[in-house]
Amino acid sequence: MSAEPAEAEIPNGAAAAAILAAGAGCFAVSMLAWLGDAFPAIGHFFIFYTPTGPLSGVTTTAIATWLLAWFILAKAWGGKTLPMGRINAFAFLLLGLGLLLSFPPFGDLLQGK
Amino acid sequence: MQTSFRELITALHGMGFGAFFVFAFSGALIELYRIFAPERSSPLSAGERKGLRVYLVAMVLLGWSAVLSGAYLVYPWYRAHPPAGVTDLAGYPQRILMASPMTSGWHSLGMEWKEHVAWFAPIAMTMVAYVFITYGADLSRHRQVRKAVFVFALAAFGAAGVAGGVGALLNKRAPVQGGGIITLMEGKK
Repeated sequence: MSAEPAEAEIPNGAAAAAILAAGAGCFAVSMLAWLGDAFPAIGHFFIFYTPTGPLSGVTTTAIATWLLAWFILAKAWGGKTLPMGRINAFAFLLLGLGLLLSFPPFGDLLQGK
Repeated sequence: MQTSFRELITALHGMGFGAFFVFAFSGALIELYRIFAPERSSPLSAGERKGLRVYLVAMVLLGWSAVLSGAYLVYPWYRAHPPAGVTDLAGYPQRILMASPMTSGWHSLGMEWKEHVAWFAPIAMTMVAYVFITYGADLSRHRQVRKAVFVFALAAFGAAGVAGGVGALLNKRAPVQGGGIITLMEGKK
C-alpha cells in the first residue's frame, strides 16, 4: 500500500511579488509625503483633490506605485521559486524606512528643519 | 439627543471602520501566529482556514474604508480654512490646534504622522489576505513567506494603532463638528 502522493508545492513567486510590492507601497507613501513636504512645487502637484490637499495625490500615487509594482513583479515572478530570504530583507527594509520616514520629526530632521 | 452630520461621519470613520479594524487584529494575529509558528500551536483546520479567509477580507474592507473615509470625508473638514474675518474657530479643528503652541504639536506631529502611516495598514493587510488566500495550507511549506506575512501584519497593527489612537486624542482636543443637525431622539424635560 503506497502513500498518497504529496501535492505539488506552490512556487513562492506570487507571494514574493505581493510582499515586496507591499513594502514598496508603504515606502512610497512616506517618500512621496516627504517630497511633497520638502518641495512646495511637488506638494502643489500632489493636490489631486483640493479639499484633501496634497494627501490626495501622495496616497493615490503611492497606491498606483504599489499596484503597478505588484502587477509587474507578479508577471515576472509568478510560477517561479525565488530566494525568499533576500526578498524579505528588502521588503522589511522598505517597510522600516517607510515607517521611519512617516514619523514627522525624522522627516523634518532630513530636511534640516 | 442630537448630533451633527460631521460628528456622525467622523464616528463612523473612527469608531466604526477604524476601531473594528484595530480590534480585529487581536483575532487575526493569533490565527496568523498559529500559521507562523506551526511547531508551537495546533494547525488550522480546513474550516478555520475558510473562516480566516473571510475574516481577513473583512479586515481589508474595514481598513480601506477607514483610510478612504478619513482622507476624503473627515480630513477636508479637519483642514478647512476659515473665511477672512471669522473668529469662531469651532468648525475648523486644524486652526484651533495651530492657534496655540501648547496644542500645535497635535497637528504637526499627531495628524501629520497619522494621515500617512494609516495607509500602511490596508496595504499590508491586503497583501496578508492575498497570500493567505492564495497559499492556504501550502503556507506550511514556506517559512519565509509566513515570516513576512506575520511581520507585515504586526506593522499594520502598529500603524492602525497609531492612526486610531492619535485620531481619538485629536478629536477630543479639536472635534470635527458642524453640518446639519441630526436629532436622534427627544429626551424628557
